[in-house]
Amino acid sequence: MNYWPLIGIALVVIGFALKFNPLLVVVGAAIATGLLAGLDPVSVIEALGQAFNDNRYISVTWIILPVIGLLERYGLQQRARGLIESVRGATMGKLLVIYLAFRQLTAALGMKDIGGHPQAVRPLVAPMAEAAAAKTHGDLPEDERQKVLAMSAATDNVGLFFGEDIFFAIASILLIQGVFEAAGYPMTPLQLSVWAIPTAICAFLIHSSRLMAMDRRLGRLKP
Amino acid sequence: MITYEWLYILSGIFFAIWALLSALDRSNGKRWGNAAFWGLLAGSFLFGSHIGDFANGVLVLALVAIAGVGRLGRSDPPTTTLEERLELSELKGNRLFIPALIVPFVAVVGTLAYNYTPLSGTGLFEPRRETLLLFAIGVLVALVVAMAWLRPPALAPAQEGRRLLDSIGWAAILPQMLAALGAVFALAGVGDIIGSLAGQVIPEGSVILTVIVYALGMAIFTMIMGNAFAAFPVMAAAIGIPLLVQAYGGNPAVIGAVGMLAGFCGTLLTPMAANFNIVPAALLELDDQNGVIKQQVWTAIPLWVCNIAIIYIGGFLLWT
Repeated sequence: MNYWPLIGIALVVIGFALKFNPLLVVVGAAIATGLLAGLDPVSVIEALGQAFNDNRYISVTWIILPVIGLLERYGLQQRARGLIESVRGATMGKLLVIYLAFRQLTAALGMKDIGGHPQAVRPLVAPMAEAAAAKTHGDLPEDERQKVLAMSAATDNVGLFFGEDIFFAIASILLIQGVFEAAGYPMTPLQLSVWAIPTAICAFLIHSSRLMAMDRRLGRLKP
Repeated sequence: MITYEWLYILSGIFFAIWALLSALDRSNGKRWGNAAFWGLLAGSFLFGSHIGDFANGVLVLALVAIAGVGRLGRSDPPTTTLEERLELSELKGNRLFIPALIVPFVAVVGTLAYNYTPLSGTGLFEPRRETLLLFAIGVLVALVVAMAWLRPPALAPAQEGRRLLDSIGWAAILPQMLAALGAVFALAGVGDIIGSLAGQVIPEGSVILTVIVYALGMAIFTMIMGNAFAAFPVMAAAIGIPLLVQAYGGNPAVIGAVGMLAGFCGTLLTPMAANFNIVPAALLELDDQNGVIKQQVWTAIPLWVCNIAIIYIGGFLLWT
């Protein structure tokens, strides 16, 4: 077997580690991998062009930016902060635990498009988490403030990943079904998706205990 | 029938406007780089279906060249100040959330309504593409509602969108580029190589060690490829089906479902999953590009261990 195409993977790892521009790293790795697999340069460029073109739907989601930007111009982030400041007893940890549960449950019901980073995390969840943290713990140092923002994005990811597979009509469940069926093990999507529930519960317990621990840690920072 | 091609034309128009506004923005020292970058992306959306694979490939190289030599700059189009925003947020109140909620509402309710009513028989949307098409419709509805209600200057949505787009910068096309890399990896047979390597390191006769190698292979290969979808068929074919199911008699449902979830733990740990890990770092203007991943490490690792326990207990101990 020709192991040379693995150099492409090594290039990706090294490139990201050395913080080169990721676009440059990715395309460099793609070209190297194609050439090492024995394709000629024109075929490699064609393969890259075709794959980029076939995946244009991924970048379509940016058309939401004018809506978010326009609402931010009229104070959407400030309103999100104001809303959370008016809730008594709200802390960053509790807020994000509730968002985690909400994201897991809606994703489990097939509504994975509720939430997401441009639509929900930047304009709503992150400002709310920051306001809640500032409310209970005072103004945060910049590095702690950024950790709260990053944790908001992380919570969206965890909620989505470990909720969506409970919904049976989702691409990953259909992929599992297809792979096993081709190998002679036909199963219904529902048989598979019930087995996403134990992991979803573990994900909720692990991540929410980390959120509450972060709350306590921020509390100890207060002078 | 409404197809993705309609969506590409709509997106192409959005990016063309952003390119034009970038070119006119004298306050941005790198305005020509921005104009060229977003202009090329507009070209990809508008003409990509017609210009052939090689021209698309050259377009990709040009995009990467502009970003790689640092010709993209942050723009700062005129907007409201922080004080004005505080004042406006009091004035507009919670109704500000409504246009933001229109988009997911149209996408989710529209998808459900389309699939579970006779509407699906009309063939209005390209099959299995309805969610993204409805998302775009939701964006247009939200824009019209917000414009009618807030009455901003006519160019405000385009300029505010450009502010956000330029704060994301080259990361905006990284997810698409990574998908393209995945396709080239597949063409070069990287999956088969990884599968055969993983198959070679299995110790014979131990169920728990085989489960660990399977879950580890899913997580690591997912980190390399940026998503679990590419990793799953390879690891299932190399270890999951021949060893865990056939040789050791495990429950295929658990091995399939939880194996995929072990891969999702890897997704939390890799910059290759750019739209989940790198794009939000840019959107939230974090100093550390890997800031989101760092917050996910201590959720992902314990959860990965849980997945091994679930496969072992649910797939073997409770099954036989």
